[in-house]
Amino acid sequence: MKNKNVTQFIGFMFLRLCIVLVIGALCIILYDIFSKGLPAISWEFLTESPKKGMTEGGIWPAIVGTFFVTVITALLSIPLGMGCAIYLNEYAKDGKLTRLIRMSIRNLSGVPSIVYGLFGVVLFVQMMHLDTCILSSGLTLGLMTLPWTITASEEALKSVPQSYRDGSLALGATKWQSIQTNVLPYAVPGMLTGTILGLARAAGETAPILFTGAAFFLPFLPKNWSDQFMALPYHLYIMSTQHHAIAEVRPLAYGTALVLIVLVFLMNLAAIIARYKLRKIRLE
Amino acid sequence: MIHFRKTFMELNVSVKEKKRFLSSAVQDKIVHYIFLLNGIFTVIILIGIFALLFSTAIPTFKEVDLFGFLAGLEWNPTSYVKEQYGIVPMLVSTFMVTLGALAIAIPIGIGAAAYLSDVASPKVREIVKPVVELLAGIPSVVIGFLGIVIVGPFLAKVFGLYNGLNALNGSILLAVMALPTIISISEDALSSVPQSYDQASLALGASKWQTVVRVKIPAALSGIIAACMLGMGRAIGETMTVLMATGCAPAMPESFLGPVRTLTSTIAIELGEVAYNTTHYYALFAVGLVLFIITFIVNFISDTILHRYEKVHR
Repeated sequence: MKNKNVTQFIGFMFLRLCIVLVIGALCIILYDIFSKGLPAISWEFLTESPKKGMTEGGIWPAIVGTFFVTVITALLSIPLGMGCAIYLNEYAKDGKLTRLIRMSIRNLSGVPSIVYGLFGVVLFVQMMHLDTCILSSGLTLGLMTLPWTITASEEALKSVPQSYRDGSLALGATKWQSIQTNVLPYAVPGMLTGTILGLARAAGETAPILFTGAAFFLPFLPKNWSDQFMALPYHLYIMSTQHHAIAEVRPLAYGTALVLIVLVFLMNLAAIIARYKLRKIRLE
Repeated sequence: MIHFRKTFMELNVSVKEKKRFLSSAVQDKIVHYIFLLNGIFTVIILIGIFALLFSTAIPTFKEVDLFGFLAGLEWNPTSYVKEQYGIVPMLVSTFMVTLGALAIAIPIGIGAAAYLSDVASPKVREIVKPVVELLAGIPSVVIGFLGIVIVGPFLAKVFGLYNGLNALNGSILLAVMALPTIISISEDALSSVPQSYDQASLALGASKWQTVVRVKIPAALSGIIAACMLGMGRAIGETMTVLMATGCAPAMPESFLGPVRTLTSTIAIELGEVAYNTTHYYALFAVGLVLFIITFIVNFISDTILHRYEKVHR
């Protein structure tokens, strides 16, 4: 009996150790980035262009570039993702086609990001002659986020009670009318929450934009969608591996990493707060 | 006249209403097809990715034979003497880094999942789960950066190396990235084991620990395996972390403490420098195709396991 308790004690200690390791890893990451990144942050760092061969100055063009690309990503992935989710949850009957669509979505979410990059190079840059630009990168990232948007949107649609639809249909409304008036108003906030999480991941991705439009350094801000751009994740990659004076620009790299992490976490936080608020409203 | 006008108006209204009804029915059909097309679009993208990779990769084999590509031991596309297009070093690198990552992430991941589902109080779980999700939200380029500034110097010190950019570094980082996936899916699997299993085991006099190890984990095993496969898929396809942290020497890897160059980092390094539509360019797409097929198989297996597991539990 005693023996059993000792084993249990040791076993549970091991399980605790595992979770402590996971949380410890996160703490080390955050501590290192924040403690070394904060000194680099200043108003100039956030609002100026890189100067003197990127050894001084700020990251403003990279922030702007990441913002524009994320807008294009959202424009592609939100409507298509929501549409697909609506089809799967509201219209599709269980059959071969539905299963094929679901299988495709699951596989798309497993395709490596660099493969999306290759796809973007051939389809957008070469075949559609968009060249390397914000649009190509945004569309590539949009395709990559599509499976996440679909999954999140479908979850939101599933949470709308069936009786809402039935009530509307029983009053003689068509299916589309019921969806418009009785399903979407309740599901859209949840859909957006999931989508923001997907966009946050897209904003931090580097591999798909490496060859579809991200630039090493540009002396000007992107003016329209056919310009190349600087992006935060790519800038961090450059500053930490490709720069001619890596040790010298390390503080700038830390600053960039901090801004990127804060940006991604803020988007996550926005989504989580939105979800929390909406849940509360629905309960009331 | 007034009377006539009235009936005419009535008639008009009813026609209008009929029209409206018809148009809403037509509209409904149209909308249905639009959404259907939208669904089919995902299938088209998947097929499109495969088709474009395949068609761009094919011209490689006008100059390089397939066997030499798949079994060649040297990758040197820019050699002046003879270009070599063998992907074995990259395959070995990829699997080394991935298996290393899994060796670290699987025990820790399952342990953490078991902790969350069976040991932690609900309150602790509420706090810890979002924290794990936060880890999943860190961009891969940041993890790679930390591989250079934290893990690298640490490994260099411990093993007395010149620099710590090697396969082990990549494995540690990929383990960190795979952990959230493994933990959350394993935890789902463990939590969905019916309560009656626990109760039966506890009633027979087993301790809580024995119940977790001998009853719950075996019962949830297929879900846990699927979780590990999904983590593996992520690790194989991850680009930025391995690109930044593994040293990237394009030779056959010698040990976990030596530099390696995976399939993903080869594409990332070389595609930027190569001219469009050359053999080298096509060969990189062939590498991408290999990568696509490997991750497809891994995901397919995990998907099949998860699906079967869901069926069993219903």
